Amino acid sequence: MLAQSPSTVPDSDLATLEPSEPPKTGRFRRPRSQRLGIGAWAAIIWLGIVLVGAILIPILVHSNPNNNAIAGHSSQGLFKVASHPLGFDRNGDDMLLNLAKGARNSMLVSLGAVGFGLILGGGLGLVAGYFGRGVDGALTTLFNVLLSIPPFVLALSLITVFATTAIDKTGNQHPPSSTHRLIVLIIALGVVSVPTLGRITRANALQWSQREFVLAARAQGASNIRIMLREVLPNVLPAMFSIAFLAIAFVIVAEGGLSILGVGVLPPAVSWGNMIAGTRADLQTLPFELFEPILCIFFTVLSLNYLGDIVRSRFDVRESAI
Amino acid sequence: MSPRRKRATAERFADAPLDGPLLEVEGVQTFFKTPRGLVHAVDGVSLTLERGKTLGIVGESGSGKSVLSRSIMGLLPSNVERHGSIKFEGHEIGHASNDEMRHYWGTQMSMVFQDPMTSLNPVMRIGKQITEPLRYHLDVSRDYAQDTALALLQSVGIPEAERRLREYPHQLSGGMRQRVMIAIALACGPKLLFADEPTTALDVTVQAQILDLLHAQQRERFMAMVLVTHDLGVVAGRAETTAVMYAGRVVEYAPTRDLFNSTRHPYTEALLKSIPKLAQPSHTRLEAITGRPPDLVNPPAGCKFAARCPYAQARCLTEEPGLGDSTSVGHSFRCFYPVGTEAGKAALATNVAAGVTAAGLPVSAGGSVVAPTSVVA
Repeated sequence: MLAQSPSTVPDSDLATLEPSEPPKTGRFRRPRSQRLGIGAWAAIIWLGIVLVGAILIPILVHSNPNNNAIAGHSSQGLFKVASHPLGFDRNGDDMLLNLAKGARNSMLVSLGAVGFGLILGGGLGLVAGYFGRGVDGALTTLFNVLLSIPPFVLALSLITVFATTAIDKTGNQHPPSSTHRLIVLIIALGVVSVPTLGRITRANALQWSQREFVLAARAQGASNIRIMLREVLPNVLPAMFSIAFLAIAFVIVAEGGLSILGVGVLPPAVSWGNMIAGTRADLQTLPFELFEPILCIFFTVLSLNYLGDIVRSRFDVRESAI
Repeated sequence: MSPRRKRATAERFADAPLDGPLLEVEGVQTFFKTPRGLVHAVDGVSLTLERGKTLGIVGESGSGKSVLSRSIMGLLPSNVERHGSIKFEGHEIGHASNDEMRHYWGTQMSMVFQDPMTSLNPVMRIGKQITEPLRYHLDVSRDYAQDTALALLQSVGIPEAERRLREYPHQLSGGMRQRVMIAIALACGPKLLFADEPTTALDVTVQAQILDLLHAQQRERFMAMVLVTHDLGVVAGRAETTAVMYAGRVVEYAPTRDLFNSTRHPYTEALLKSIPKLAQPSHTRLEAITGRPPDLVNPPAGCKFAARCPYAQARCLTEEPGLGDSTSVGHSFRCFYPVGTEAGKAALATNVAAGVTAAGLPVSAGGSVVAPTSVVA
């Protein structure tokens, strides 16, 4: 309210009192404390590179299985270095292309899993926080049960139960398709992130549902669903997204862990996790093949954590300024 | 709202009678269930409100005035018991469920809340907040709702209304926000408006503007209003009838002019005395009402105000006076020894002579309550 101290002036006179100050409708410079620092820009740029690379590089680069270094590469010298800046892996595949393919799968899994968790966990959390009482008790118990199982073990068991064998129409068992595996992986990691996302949403929804504007909306005859979606949810979203950033980071790491155990994304499909898994025995001979995906995970997780913190603090500031 | 519900709403109010009182409240009791026991927040309140008129409800904090208005609207939390009859246009709504009440909220009755800082959604544009109820209650087009919102903002005296529609609540001052709240409450043309301490959170200069705005809108729309306040000055000249509440009961209920001119209940008298007057010399001690309102979990037997009343006699401590109407103008009050009557004068004289009331409250020669020194700090 500090900025509004002239409210002692009758409102209707405000417009006539300050004719010299034009309405600030255009662009204006944020105060220094609200500007994004160099770290935030670095994080955004890194994530941009990862996303664009993950989408574009596998499309643009025609990957010919025979066209690799071991089969005898036609180009030599500088051109060879420039067209393969990160070198080759032990199979002679271009590392940059591999990392881009890996980014694609890692991003797909992490965004899919967190999206699943946000919709299911966020939805349940919103319902629990808004209705409170019995509904809240039941859903909180559900979250607590899910939380009591170690997340890695939960994901592992879900995948082994649902994605080790598939039974076709004739009753024969065969290994599941890679799409099937990917979907199970996404859902399993999504289920793991449900309780965390759900509890954060519930705590915030509980708080916002007590606010007077929710009562005011009820007094205007808004239905429960409308109040939840239009009044409570938009206020809870910042908290949901700041925790979702952290959850994405967690899922990328968890997918890597599952790949190392051989239940994540399996070769010939590539993910950052299974690149690490496949090379970890050759640390002494092929260090870059191991470090490149590790650095990718490291910078991506760091960027997401950093941005998550910024989103949260930004919205805390906004809240206190009201 | 589904089309089926919309039709139900339209049918329900199609045959609404145009005569008879708009609101009849009979013996409303609202009890909060708490770990300490039942809190008797509102205990047996009966009121009547005609179309287009204003009813003032006055009382100190915790007297149950806000709870009463929310009880009538059905906007109570789930840990309450509500009894009694509430009739709106002759329809009984005292036991209506939330789903049934949704037909009334917004279109039939609406509410302006105390604090405009918290009663607007901080992340929704002003325009959206006004058009939302219009869109789902009246099923109008987006453009029509937008035009209506603009007209509403202009009618509640907001300059540059077009720009304000696109702004967020934090860009508006407190007075502006309360105007927006009024615009939202009026959007669907309710027949009854509850104004729950609409000016308490505002600057004094803005208070009069908001009250005048409410009054003007009310006359323009022939809308009834329940004006809840702790300030007797607010109801003076604005409410046709005023109910003074104490400890969950109406203690005095009278045409406002009558309430001020011939105050009968000692509590009303004490409230009037506690208003500082400009004509008084400086450093005049404020005539505060000593003590606190009674515990609403275990209300005392007898008159609830007896412990703080300079007129209190032995009878007041054991027997509760009814809300009797002894006048021709509809002036009723709960008191055995009303102010300004022979009985009241005799009671006060007895207490002054004894130096103490029947409840043990010291009384000075002037008839005013002697504040215990420990309280004066």
